[in-house]
Amino acid sequence: MLQDAARLKITRDGDVVLVEFTHRKILDEANIAEIGDQLVALVENEHRPKVIISFAGVDHLSSAALGTLITVNNKVRSHDGQLRLCNIHPQIFEVFVITKLNKLFRIYPTIKEAKESFDPQSKQSVI
Amino acid sequence: MGRMRLEKTTATPRSVGASSTSRGLWCRLEIPSDLKQLEEVEETILSQCQRYSFTDRDLFALKLAIDEAFANAVKHGNHCDCDKHVRIKYRVTPRRADVVVEDEGPGFNPASLPDPTLDQHIECTHGRGILLMRAFMNNVVFSPSGNSVTLTKFNDSARNNTEHSIAFG
Repeated sequence: MLQDAARLKITRDGDVVLVEFTHRKILDEANIAEIGDQLVALVENEHRPKVIISFAGVDHLSSAALGTLITVNNKVRSHDGQLRLCNIHPQIFEVFVITKLNKLFRIYPTIKEAKESFDPQSKQSVI
Repeated sequence: MGRMRLEKTTATPRSVGASSTSRGLWCRLEIPSDLKQLEEVEETILSQCQRYSFTDRDLFALKLAIDEAFANAVKHGNHCDCDKHVRIKYRVTPRRADVVVEDEGPGFNPASLPDPTLDQHIECTHGRGILLMRAFMNNVVFSPSGNSVTLTKFNDSARNNTEHSIAFG
């Protein structure tokens, strides 16, 4: 199933929901509130969601985007789900490191590794 | 540097003056308190930096810091009141970029903010903007009242060239 909203591309693969961004400036201050609403609404409709957010093509984000990701993470956890982040550009990953949010989020190099991490038996490979 | 003359604007960023000093030309703008208004101004500043071959990392850092300063000015300084404005003053030289962001609020004490990297604050959804500004800029200076912040980024490529010239004559 493919749901192609204006700002997010949402794909399902079994019980895994993959979220990709359609614009490289999607996580700027001016856009983040709407993106946050869409992500929270997506999780709201899921039972025990397994969500991967891919940052492929995203070259910038603001601290407001970090706050939104925390909100989404909390929403996922409140539904007994799991959130994974992947494909994060090194400059953006530095933002996660500076804020120490790389310790809060489960971050993987690729979508494949993020998917594999949902298996409780698989070995974690954090960037 | 002469005193700034400011004019109120309503919908779009508007230049309100420029002045030259021995260290470059300062440009001044006034922007309504609307987050969507920043992009055009930011692109102007960053394109001037690109002309002086600021590195990609410098440009990323500047965009991030300007975003954070402007968002703080709009949200916390002006409380998203569209009748209030954010004043931006910037100067780009081959060696550095300076950006001053000032709001119409009463200001705040940046030292009073909690450390967002501590375990007890790590899940807070806000409060990381100043941390990021300080991490990515060479200098971040708040005015005594706290309603104005000056961001400074040195041009890494110019510094590398200078070091290369010194090393190799």
